[in-house]
Parts: sequence; C-alpha cells; structure tokens
Amino acid sequence: MRLLIRKARILDPSQGLDLEGDLLIEEGRIVALDREIPPPSDCEIFEAQRLWALPGLIDLHVHLREPGEEWKEDLETGTTAAAAGGFTAVACMPNTRPPNDSPEVTRYLLSRAREVGRTRVWPVACISKGQEGRELAPFGELKEAGAVALSDDGRPVADSGLMRLALEYAASFDLPVISHAEDPGLSAGGQVNEGPVAARLGLKGIPAEAEAVAIFREVRLAALTGVPVHIAHVSTALSVEILRRAKEEGLPVTAETAPHYFTLTEEAVLEYNTQAKVNPPLRTEVDREAVRQALAEGVIDAVATDHAPHSPLEKEVEFPAAAFGLLGLETAVPLTLNLVREGLLSPLRFAELLSTAPARILKVPGGTLKPGSPADVTLIDPDLPWVVTEEELHSKSKNSPFLGWEMRGRAVLTLVEGEVRWRLR
Amino acid sequence: MGVDFPHRHLLEIGPLSPEDLWTVLKTARNLKEVLRRPIPKVPTLRGKVVAHLFFEPSTRTRLSFERAAKVLSAEVLNFSARGSSLEKGENLLDTIKNVAAMGPDLLVIRHPASGAPHFVARKIGIPVINAGDGFHEHPTQALLDLLTVWERKGDFQGLKVAIIGDIRHSRVAHSDILAFRKLGAEVWVSGPGTMLPPEREALGARVVRRVEEAVEGADVVMALRVQKERHGRSLFPSWHEYSRFFGLNRRVLSRAAEGALLMHPGPINWGVELAPELEDFPGQVILEQVENGVAVRMALLLLLLKAAEA
Ligand SMILES: [Zn+2]
Repeated sequence: MRLLIRKARILDPSQGLDLEGDLLIEEGRIVALDREIPPPSDCEIFEAQRLWALPGLIDLHVHLREPGEEWKEDLETGTTAAAAGGFTAVACMPNTRPPNDSPEVTRYLLSRAREVGRTRVWPVACISKGQEGRELAPFGELKEAGAVALSDDGRPVADSGLMRLALEYAASFDLPVISHAEDPGLSAGGQVNEGPVAARLGLKGIPAEAEAVAIFREVRLAALTGVPVHIAHVSTALSVEILRRAKEEGLPVTAETAPHYFTLTEEAVLEYNTQAKVNPPLRTEVDREAVRQALAEGVIDAVATDHAPHSPLEKEVEFPAAAFGLLGLETAVPLTLNLVREGLLSPLRFAELLSTAPARILKVPGGTLKPGSPADVTLIDPDLPWVVTEEELHSKSKNSPFLGWEMRGRAVLTLVEGEVRWRLR
Repeated sequence: MGVDFPHRHLLEIGPLSPEDLWTVLKTARNLKEVLRRPIPKVPTLRGKVVAHLFFEPSTRTRLSFERAAKVLSAEVLNFSARGSSLEKGENLLDTIKNVAAMGPDLLVIRHPASGAPHFVARKIGIPVINAGDGFHEHPTQALLDLLTVWERKGDFQGLKVAIIGDIRHSRVAHSDILAFRKLGAEVWVSGPGTMLPPEREALGARVVRRVEEAVEGADVVMALRVQKERHGRSLFPSWHEYSRFFGLNRRVLSRAAEGALLMHPGPINWGVELAPELEDFPGQVILEQVENGVAVRMALLLLLLKAAEA
C-alpha cells in the first residue's frame, strides 16, 4: 500500500525543512520527500494543498485513566481523542489505579494499546513504589516491560533525597525523569492561583512559589547528579526565570507547558468554573505572557496537553470538592496555532514544540519525516474554523473550559506507520 | 626481612608508595610458605601483644587478623564493642586508653566512623592497622586483593580491573581503586546510579553506567557486597532487580578478557552480586583471597612491629 501526500507545506524541524512538496509513504515508512514526486503506480493520492504536513505530534503528558478509572476515559477513547487531535503518540502518566509501578501494569497498557490500535502509547512509570514517595520503583524491570520515562506526576516527590536517588538510579537505565514540580507543603489545600482572584472567591491559593521552589530543586539536582530532568506543565513567570538561568548555565533541564497556560488566566475560574480548575492552577496575565515568550525563545522546549479527563461526578460539584484537570488532546493544535498567527512562533517552531522536541525528550522514535522513518505523520489544516462542542470531542469526559469556543486549525489526517488513524470527514 | 617499611601505621593506601606496596606483597608471599607448613607457627613475634578492637562486627576480618597474629606467635587481646563499656557511654578515646594501658604493641581497629583509626593513631603511641573504617578505607583488603592478582597475573601494568557494586559507600572499593592504580592497573567501576560516586572520575577510576561496559575486556572483575539500605534508605528497589541488572553471571563475565579473575571481598550474597552458577567459574579466586588475607596481615604485623622495634 502506497500513499502520496501531494503539495503539502512540509514542516520537519529535524531536518530544518519548511517547503511545499510531496511525501511518499510505503509499507508504513516514509520513502521519499521532495518538491515533486511523480506518483508511482497503484498509489493512493492525498491532495494536501494548503495543509501542513508534520512529523506525527507526540503528547508528552496525558492521563488515560486506564486501569482503574475507566468511567473518565480509557485507552480506546483516550487514544481516539489523541488521533483526532493530531497526535500519533501519547505518553501516559502513571497515576492510574493501580499506579504504573510494576512491569505488569506497563505490559497491560502496551497490550491494550496494541488491541485498540489508535496512537502509539508510551507508558510513563512511577518514580516511587505506589507513588508513595518512599522507595524507588523497579526502573530496570519497568524499562524492560516498555516504560519510556518516570514520574510520580500527580503526587510529586516531596523528599529531595529520594528525588536525587531517582535521578541517579534512572541514569542507570537511561530513562528520562519527569517532574511535576510542586512543593506539596506550599500548595496544600490550594484550589486556584494565590492572589486577588483567590481572595475574591474565598478559595485557598497555590502560590507561584509552590512550583518555582520545586523547579529550582530539580535544577540543582540535575546539576548535582549530572542527570537530565524534565519539568512538566510550567505555569509561572518565576518558573520561566529559573529555567532560563538553568539553561544559560548549561544544565540538562527541559520543560513543557500546556496550551491552557498560554491561553487562559486565573480569570477563567471566576464564577467557580470547575472546568478551569487545574493543577498547577491558571495564573496571571504576567505569567501567561512569560510562558508564551518562553516558548518562542526556547526556554520551554515542548507543548504537552496534560489531558486530564474527569466525569461530571468529579466536576459538577462545589469548587473545593472538584477534581483538578481539563481535556487537552483535541484543542492543543488550534490553541498552539494561535501563537503562530500572533507571530510568536514560526510554523517550524510549532512542529518542534509538538513533535520533534517531545520525541527527543522521551528518547522515543518519531519527530522526523526523514525517509526511512516510520510514517507517523500529521496533516493539519491551519485555518479550518470549528467550534468545540461535546459532540466534537472524542474523549469519554467532556471537562473542557473551551466548550463553545470557536477555534481555527485542526488535524485532518493522522497516520501511524502509514495507516490512517484519523481523517476529518 | 622487610624492615625497610617507612610507615608507623597502616591507616589508608594513600601514603604508601608503589615500593611500599611491593614490600608488603613480597613479604606476604614469603610468609605464605609458613602458612602451608604442617605446623604453621613461627616464633617471630613471640612476646608481642596485638589488640583487636572491633567496634563493628566482622567475623571474617577478625579471624583473619587473629590467625595471622597466632602464626607469628603474637598474643592477641580481643575487644568487641557489643556488650562492652561502650554501651555504657564510654567514649572511644577512653576505651583506647584503657586498652593501651594493658600494654599491647599494636592495635587493629575496625570502626563504623570514617577516620576513627586516624584519631586513635594520633592519640596513642603505638602502631595502628585500620581494619575498615566507615565509608573510608579497608587497606588490608586492598593488599590481599593485590596479592591475589599478582600471584595469578604476574604483574599489574596494563591490567583492567572492574569493580561492580556499591562503589560510593564501599571502603573496599576506595582502597582497591587507589592500590591497583598505584601499581599500574586501570580501574573501571559500575553499579546502580545510586551507588556510583557523584564525580565522573572517582579516585581516578573510570565510572560507567553499564556493568557490561566496565566488564568488557577486564582482567579482573570484582563484585562488592551490597546492602539495600544505606543511611536508612533503599538504594535499589529489590534484590531481584539488583541481581538482574547489576549482578554478575556467566553472560556478563563472557565479556571479560580470557582468563579473567573473579573476586569478591565476602561475605557473598549468592544470587545477588554473584549468580550461583559462578561458584565454579574458572577464574574464581575468592578462597585464595581469604588465604592471602592471612598472609598479608602477617606481613603487616611483621613490618610494623619490626619497624617499631628498629
Ligand atoms: Zn502533573
């Protein structure tokens, strides 16, 4: 089976390519990329004028809720949403029930992903057994089972000594460590960003420092051990400053942010809107601007969604009782495209943030359209208008603060190993 | 024999020159002959008193020192911390002064605090042998390891020595790295990241993440005894995982040089540091290490007590 994608704007940061051309796919691989490829015989042709062709998007940070909370999402609905959002691969966080701290859970996730057959799934395993922050999980066995990275995500490692050991032990297996940077003592009981909005709403705040001190700790531990650390969902200007200095120092630190942090501010939670309750919380305009600049300048390396589905059971409740988290997979492309339209990012940088950088950080295949690579390709119509509605979303849950928003830009074709996993009708 | 040993104590490997190391090795090799006699006893140190002060349990090292003293006809005073006045709150210096008052000619001391033998040596006018202090050094172990390798390999120049396990907290590793390097071998170390020295080049050894890389082409492969807990916390998730990724077995050792030696300072956690299948590995010299331990300790008693006499 051959597929020729014709006249797309090909964006491949791994080769520094931004050109109008054709892409030929054969037996699951990219076999040619050129300004014009004569169509071979028995070849399906996809006319891609005005569309962008990118190496398949990779989401560094999603919650698929399986095993254990399948009423919110499962591997099938989660990866279907991912493909619809343009993602060819997702890295799923380990805070499932049970948490992914054993090779059995890792293997289960991978076998479910094969069964479902949507996007690739890269399991992220726990740093500590039971995410309890006390003892290291068996990184060696987890890697053998297929885990690609480590994180205690939702329950960040509070003990700095354990985090140091985690970095040192992870280095033995060349596994990236992802830090949900939060000082639990500083954030305890917090509901929204600490500041005037929290005061007005009468809710306990989470200060920017809860994130910043944790990031500073990770930065210093990276320096101390020489082992890279990746910071998840950066939300504040203070964090950006710490990361900027760490990078100037040449420390092995990478970071991601999520579209809601460069799109929304804490104002989104006014009227106790639980759909915008997320951790870390939405911050101020100053923070939002700092995050946007950081993406443009390379201080933040990647965009991840932190896709966190919750059912009405967890969201249609009084604000303090509501779960943290919002959907991200299907709105990431248009929200990030906004930064391109605003002139902040080049289309190539857009592709870097959503594909090439995540592949590099996770050390997984992908992020490139080089001939010979697996044909994980995303075609995006950058201008297509659409409205986010519950019906449009493929996630099992509908907890998005963007419901009703008019978006521009959308994935129209998602290929994993040359197979169509999503095609906009 | 061997009075040209210019040291009053044996506290660590650092101050010993290559010549000093050779003096100990050659003396020990000569003394091995005594050990193999039908009645292994010579009167060389008759009338001398050696006090063994073990503030930390170690049956093997203690027996080895005791045997060495007895072959040379020295008297042995034994002191162990368990159930002693230490538990009643006596401090180290008081204990040492009391023992010294009984007139020993030499002290052998093992202590959980790094530097304790140095402290004792500074305070007491008689020779001190460090039988292991904290995370610092275990110099007699290094010397017996040298002797074992010398006997089997004939020289140290150009040898690659791989040490696998808890390098960061191992006094054996620290002494061995220094000793092997002084005699011209290169030393590579590996183990779980939590047990490797934070520095890339620790004490002059190459630090590598993968055990296979350290073992590749090695002439000597030494596994260290590991403990899961250090400073009250686990340094690796399970014994099972340790053996799987950091333990030595035939597969890993097949990467070593032809005729490579396999060593371990004991006591061995079989199935953890060493797969049981290695019990009959051709280059396995663990019992030779034990025998050489006695010879090396005899040599040191002789050299230090003769030097003190001179
Ligand atoms: Zn998180």
